[in-house]
Amino acid sequence: MSGFDFLTTRLETALGWGRKFSLFHYPFITACCGMEYMSAACAHFDIDRFGAGLTRFSPRQADLLLVVGTVTHKLAPVLKTVYDQMLEPKWVIAFGACAVSGGIYQNYAVVQGIDRIIPVDVYIPGCPPRPEMVLDGLMKLQDKIQHQKQDWRWGKKP
Amino acid sequence: MGKEALIEDIRTKLGRAVEAVSDSFGDTVLTVRADSLRPALAGLREGPFDYAVLLDITCVDFAAGEGRFELVYHLYSLSRNVRLRLKTSVPASDPEAASVSGLWKNAGWLEREAFDMFGVRFTGHPDLRRILTYEGFEGHPLRKSYPWRLAQPRIPLKDKL
Repeated sequence: MSGFDFLTTRLETALGWGRKFSLFHYPFITACCGMEYMSAACAHFDIDRFGAGLTRFSPRQADLLLVVGTVTHKLAPVLKTVYDQMLEPKWVIAFGACAVSGGIYQNYAVVQGIDRIIPVDVYIPGCPPRPEMVLDGLMKLQDKIQHQKQDWRWGKKP
Repeated sequence: MGKEALIEDIRTKLGRAVEAVSDSFGDTVLTVRADSLRPALAGLREGPFDYAVLLDITCVDFAAGEGRFELVYHLYSLSRNVRLRLKTSVPASDPEAASVSGLWKNAGWLEREAFDMFGVRFTGHPDLRRILTYEGFEGHPLRKSYPWRLAQPRIPLKDKL
């Protein structure tokens, strides 16, 4: 680092950089897309390369909710509660066709997309999505986090 | 007991309850009147017929055409290794039938399923609750009149956290 003894940045940029590379995720896995999630999370595709490797099994410790699989009307209040338990800032990825839109299940039991219950940041379609698509969705989320308005403890609430 | 002799015996036993007898892929199909459903099934349960096993109770919705539900009972005799299908019609506007949970224990859950999916009320059932869907579910999803894009209301979380 000779010649670079200091660097300047904006607080927003620094916060965004920190947040996008330290995504602790909570896997809300209900169906077969879970296999694709495992494939994406394990060593071969390895979402840890993007700083999203720390899986937390408590929503209170997580800031990325991965909704992987079909959500039924009966399960909907559970998903809403899990989302409410997460601390700000938090993001949601709808993983797979069922979470995005209900997928092949247009029937009396299945919620037609989790965005009817909770806000969603990134949709990853596919039945199931390839791990490359998951990585692409993750990078899109990182891009979104980097460029969004960062709320932080000492800042004014927007 | 040959098939013709069996049908003759059933007609003798059940009398006017039998509306029609037909054959479907080698199995006998009986159509009985709705008000004599329970005595007819009780008669088939015992005696020489010995239909000791109730395999299934299902329901068919003919709402588009005739405005009626058809209850279908699948019976099986272990001692004679024959099956019997018994059908009866109930009006779709007010579907009601007598419960047979006193004759076959498993009829309790099968009738709860028919109630859950089609809204057929079984009089005399000890505990007629939904079995496949949940408390708070609106409507009966396998009816033809159930809207195909209906979203169920959000139910509260059951467990206290």
